[in-house]
Amino acid sequence: MNIMECVDLRVLELLSMDGKEFFILKLSSPKWAYKTGQFVMVRPISWGYDPFLPRPFSIANLDEEKLEIFFQVVGRGTKKLAELRPDDMVKVWGPLGNGFEIDESLPILILAGGMGIAPFLGLIKKHPHPENIEIIFGHRKDISCYPLKNISRKILIWTIRDRTKADLLRLKKAIRVKIEGYSSDGQIFACGPLPFLDMVHEVCVTKKTQLQILLERPMACGIGVCYGCSIPGPFNKNFQVCKHGPVFGCEELSTFCEHKGF
Amino acid sequence: MDLSVKIGNLLLKNPILTASGTFGYGIEFERFGDLKKLGGIVVKGLSINPRQGNMGDRIAETPCGMLNSIGLENIGIRAFLDNVLPKLPYKTTPIIVNLYGEDIHEFETLSKITSERDEIAALEVNISCPNVKQGGMQFGQDEKSAAKVCEAVKRHAGSKVVIVKLSPNVTDIKKIAKSVELAGADAISLINTIPGMAVDIYMRRPKLTNVIGGLSGPAIKPIALRMVYEVLQIVDIPVIGVGGICSVEDVFEFILVGAHAVQIGSATFTNPALCFEIVDSLESMALKLNINSLEEYRGKLLI
Repeated sequence: MNIMECVDLRVLELLSMDGKEFFILKLSSPKWAYKTGQFVMVRPISWGYDPFLPRPFSIANLDEEKLEIFFQVVGRGTKKLAELRPDDMVKVWGPLGNGFEIDESLPILILAGGMGIAPFLGLIKKHPHPENIEIIFGHRKDISCYPLKNISRKILIWTIRDRTKADLLRLKKAIRVKIEGYSSDGQIFACGPLPFLDMVHEVCVTKKTQLQILLERPMACGIGVCYGCSIPGPFNKNFQVCKHGPVFGCEELSTFCEHKGF
Repeated sequence: MDLSVKIGNLLLKNPILTASGTFGYGIEFERFGDLKKLGGIVVKGLSINPRQGNMGDRIAETPCGMLNSIGLENIGIRAFLDNVLPKLPYKTTPIIVNLYGEDIHEFETLSKITSERDEIAALEVNISCPNVKQGGMQFGQDEKSAAKVCEAVKRHAGSKVVIVKLSPNVTDIKKIAKSVELAGADAISLINTIPGMAVDIYMRRPKLTNVIGGLSGPAIKPIALRMVYEVLQIVDIPVIGVGGICSVEDVFEFILVGAHAVQIGSATFTNPALCFEIVDSLESMALKLNINSLEEYRGKLLI
């Protein structure tokens, strides 16, 4: 099951959620088995020497037909990705990282901030018991920017648009209330921007709740050799986010969070 | 076709090596190609004790390249020798350890420890890392200290080939190269990264927490090529070209100016199978160039 390889995939389709900033990239399927939370390194062949580095993306979905990545245009690389056309070739290596430890018999609470919803899209679609999933989704942009339209009606989703400090406090309160129910017999997964994760981490540490956090860091290789994504862990040891993560237990990230996400 | 090259008493089956810091400890790449194919594997810089490296953001993309300020995070020489080295295909592929000491004494110790291991083919002495406070580039910027480190390593290295990796951040690379040659180096690899920086105008912050980092990638290839060329005007020991090599054509550029071998560095980040693919295309490239051996092409730049 633990395969990892580098392949050239064909662009099947590039869908924009909003016509400018949010995209779903569909590539021909590498037919890998993957775990929710694992990621791939992506680099279009047409990039040549520039942009130089590949980009890491969570696997949003992967089946026999396609590999899907959900991305937002935030810089040069993602801007170029948004220019891809069908039949363009893209170098992809993966599946990378550890992924979430999921027990499908337990209820799941997903805490996602913005693009942090990306790694959960496949899980939401494929979970055998969608009624066991609850999502708290904090987002800056309009909800239509995120591919949540066709999710099962059995999934309970609370969306909170956070544009102000008050919104963020509301989000924090909602999370604090919700995690209570899941702390004893359920699983909690989180992914989102650092301030969001920092807040989730703080709530869970205070409540002594188990939590799995997917962390996002800049990476050059994705396979544990460039050491660009290292973060400080306990006992003066580093974690390589690409190799030891990107999913970490709450306690593993305490040192990192003390540094306030650097 | 015979693609082999000799670096001192070290025989490489082809001139393709991996550059330290871009190929991990080697085993990470087993999934992407056959390690036995490579001319040699240069592993990540190793120090006596494990190092955590620098804090914060340590990589930033730049035009046709990247900056890094990792600061030599590594597992330490012991962990490498005990846990990693036995897993590498040392019988078929020379393993070259890149050594980093904060002072001469540490370099001596590292040289002693590593020379005792038969699985290791050669030592690459890192006196050119721009991202550490002690040692590193400091040694490589002064002829005398560069020579001292080289002598110290050589003294304890036994029969191992000693390669000294030079920094481009010097006034005259020829002088440094000559001094390490005189100090007994068997070969020279150049260049290490070039100090550079990148800033974010919106955040008003440097992109690297360390502010300054080392520039690598195809952006620096012309500088590497020039330095390899210059150094070869005045030394007789083999030179290993490093810096922005991305293709088999790039490999032959370095051989044309006189390099014996090359190291593939940051380009590996753009394609983890790149060094294997380059090895596979050496022969067809040689045919295209109408040559039967690397020797007949090496240093044959028409000026």
